[in-house]
Amino acid sequence: MTKTSITLNVNGQTHETKAEPRELLIHVLREQLEITGPHIGCETSHCGACTVDIDGRSVKSCTLFAIQAQGSEITTIEGLGGPDKLHVLQEKFKEHHGLQCGFCTPGMITRAHRLLEENPDPTEQEVRFGLSGNLCRCTGYQNIVKAVMAAASELNQTEVA
Amino acid sequence: MNAEAKTIEERQAALKGLGTSRKRVEDARFTQGKGNYVDDIKMPDMLFGDFVRSQHPHAYVKSIDTSAALEVPGVIAVLTAKDLEPLGLHWMPTLAGDKQMVLADGKVLFQGQEVAFVIAEDRYIAADAVDLVKVEYEPLQPLVDPFKAELPDAPILREDIADAKEGAHGARRHPNHIFTWEQGDKDATESILSSAPVVAEEMVYYHRTHPCPLETCGAVASMDKVNGKLTLWGTFQAPHVVRTVASLLSGIAEHNIRVVSPDIGGGFGNKVGVYPGYVCAIVASIVTGKPVKWVEDRMENLSSTAFARDYWMQGKIAATPEGKILGLWCHTTADHGAFDACADPTKYPAGFMNICTGSYDIPTAYLAVDGIYTNKAPGGVAYRCSFRVTEAAYFIERMVEVLAIKLNMDAAELRRINFIKKEQFPYQSALGWEYDSGDYHTAWDKALAAVNYKGLREEQAKQVQAFKAGETRTLMGIGLCHFTEIVGAGPVKNCDLLGMGMFDSCEIRIHPTGSAIARLGTISQGQGHATTFAQILASEIGISADDITIEEGDTDTAPYGLGTYGSRSTPVAGAATAMAGRKIRAKAQMIAAYLLEVHDNDVEWEVDRFVVKGAPERFKTMKEVAFASYTQAIPGVEPGLEAVSYYDPPNMTYPFGAYICVMDINVDTGETDIRQFYALDDCGTRINPMIIEGQVHGGLTEALAIALGQEIAYDELGNIKTGSLMDFFIPTSWETPDYVTDFTETPSPHHPIGAKGVGESPNVGGVPAFSNAINDAFKAFGLTHTHMPHDHWRVWKTANDLGMHA
Repeated sequence: MTKTSITLNVNGQTHETKAEPRELLIHVLREQLEITGPHIGCETSHCGACTVDIDGRSVKSCTLFAIQAQGSEITTIEGLGGPDKLHVLQEKFKEHHGLQCGFCTPGMITRAHRLLEENPDPTEQEVRFGLSGNLCRCTGYQNIVKAVMAAASELNQTEVA
Repeated sequence: MNAEAKTIEERQAALKGLGTSRKRVEDARFTQGKGNYVDDIKMPDMLFGDFVRSQHPHAYVKSIDTSAALEVPGVIAVLTAKDLEPLGLHWMPTLAGDKQMVLADGKVLFQGQEVAFVIAEDRYIAADAVDLVKVEYEPLQPLVDPFKAELPDAPILREDIADAKEGAHGARRHPNHIFTWEQGDKDATESILSSAPVVAEEMVYYHRTHPCPLETCGAVASMDKVNGKLTLWGTFQAPHVVRTVASLLSGIAEHNIRVVSPDIGGGFGNKVGVYPGYVCAIVASIVTGKPVKWVEDRMENLSSTAFARDYWMQGKIAATPEGKILGLWCHTTADHGAFDACADPTKYPAGFMNICTGSYDIPTAYLAVDGIYTNKAPGGVAYRCSFRVTEAAYFIERMVEVLAIKLNMDAAELRRINFIKKEQFPYQSALGWEYDSGDYHTAWDKALAAVNYKGLREEQAKQVQAFKAGETRTLMGIGLCHFTEIVGAGPVKNCDLLGMGMFDSCEIRIHPTGSAIARLGTISQGQGHATTFAQILASEIGISADDITIEEGDTDTAPYGLGTYGSRSTPVAGAATAMAGRKIRAKAQMIAAYLLEVHDNDVEWEVDRFVVKGAPERFKTMKEVAFASYTQAIPGVEPGLEAVSYYDPPNMTYPFGAYICVMDINVDTGETDIRQFYALDDCGTRINPMIIEGQVHGGLTEALAIALGQEIAYDELGNIKTGSLMDFFIPTSWETPDYVTDFTETPSPHHPIGAKGVGESPNVGGVPAFSNAINDAFKAFGLTHTHMPHDHWRVWKTANDLGMHA
């Protein structure tokens, strides 16, 4: 199938690449741009391992054509924080043991980031509802919820200060 | 403050050793998206493999036409059984002594079976070509119900072995029968059943489900034709065994095969077996001379790789009128699917199902298991449990509840009067195991007190009255469970996989500046080995866990081991780690004595150093000893500081626990709301309480899934009905409750550090606790037992069958 040129803005960088119209965003991110933080867990939008942030919304990149994301601002786990400066959520997931095998973690943190942008001071129930599109097989969520609540609290304190 | 001025307690704390809730070293890369899972591997010129799969559960394959597929630009080859046959790879051995088709050899035996393997330049082209492979089938009558397998009109599934009267596990009485496995004393048990004052009977079905790790199975094979070396990356819970199997199957010498398990996105037993995709990726790489990646999608994972459970357990339990259990009888019909690919130690075709006397002192027992072929996917792995231990625990914990109903006795009290007593350990069970240690009464009393059990029963009685008075439509269920596991397989004398003894290993190198690397024969899939094994070692050799790197999963560098499943890492590899650490310490003691100019026996170990007895100001730290071992000529001692231990455990370990679930059930909608879940675990010595708690949370959530809805269901034609996450239940954060965890600590007497393993306890104990809560809620309305999974529809149906909607 013919490939078309597409431009993707990912984590503040512009990438020129070629993709077939049917190519899914997750495949272009992972295989062409070598952004392998987002993972593939189900191909049906259920598990959320592929979650990325597109123009301020959480999107499951396994069911979106790459070409649909042209011109948008895409953020993946790699864009949230790195060795030089971790995102508070990345710190809190470690501190509260909010991950085990790590496969859901990039999608989970990316979703949690958007959740806290939408609702900076969520209740536990709001966190649970807000993360319910992201499956985890290892942790039972209890420590993930704890980590997100702790991150919210710290982010709010930082803002007040 | 310099190092020497620190108190013993401060030095102890600095080690971050046993008992410390040390934060995980793995998390930095995982939280930043820098994990390295098999699908992250990208190599120059890498090709992709994809399967043509059967839509028929049972059919002859009349012809396979690959011509249209081969015309697609970018398709390199399409492999069928005919291509694999000259290599002897169209079938492969299973872990259970059977064989399995790699690609359909004239016949398909389950929906989703691998028929042909397309190799193409990218995954899209491969998928296009899969659609163009034309397979002509002649459908046959499917066999779905294992109880119909031996009826006169049953179709014969395995024509390849239809005439074989003997299988890997003894006599076969029918072409669809795999084995009969018997344990215990049949005559004595049946005699007790015929004379006992009270006998309760029940058929307990533990339905078919699937481990469904979030990462599916996959592999990348790369045959380097220049050096003659094959490298295989993959989702392997037992990489060393995979290397040996790959060598035996392919004829490539074992030193020319390197198997690497990179980061693994959860395993739960699903990644123990060897799958056709691995074999095809290897062959494809050998044929093409290029790296070949095969990663299954979720539907392929659920429909073709190893399922779990599917045991029909007919039980009889005999007791005195006062509730003392006299005997236990169990006949299990085990649906193994199309090939016997259960992942069990070779001599145990039904795993350790003979732990089914549970936590109770049952003097006489008998267990028989019949393995049956059906037109379903092969497997039968231990989904987050030691081999068939979850089935055993569910069986006994249901039978005790059923007996309590028959006796009109409180189920908590019935358990208490039958527990094996603390002073009876080591305890010989009627079905052949030697339980190492336990203190069940203490754990049970602590659990009942923690939830105010008496108060809960009073509340429940009031609720029943209110329901009967028409004041509420909600019932309350109290789910009790006291489980005993058998983990840590296992002693080489009776445990092996494909002949390989189930020891494990650790190799330690102390660097000159006093930090270290340790490599093990296991492989983490999220358990946090890089964190916890360093803690074991820190306490043994006095080097901070932060200064110890743990590596696993690369067969070129790690010592041979049997891998991670069945909660065996801590009991076996953890023991090897401690023993290797002790070898380091023994050598270090000689060096320290030499440096301190005293006799070896005149120094003693203290946290992180050797101290001259009676002169505490004279000492050498492990760090100083390490440096000396590389920099000084020490008479009679080899330079360097390294050790390796291969540990063959003398016995299994027997973790136990007391779980209580309180559930509110809406009888009109069948909805269930977990009000409270209390989990007390005794896993012996606790290495990292934070990680233990995380394991318990996760295992309980898997148990919740299994008990309340997760199943691999087939219709009567053999079509899989739950092949995607649309239908296969995985709880979200919304329906998962918070759990309360607790512990007692009864060390294993034979393990070097007393640890027993914990990762699977919550699945083993959780399922009966959730299921018992459902059954308990309806007890007052005449229910004795209802089968899992207790999804909303089935709970509603239970209420409806009891006339509660009238």
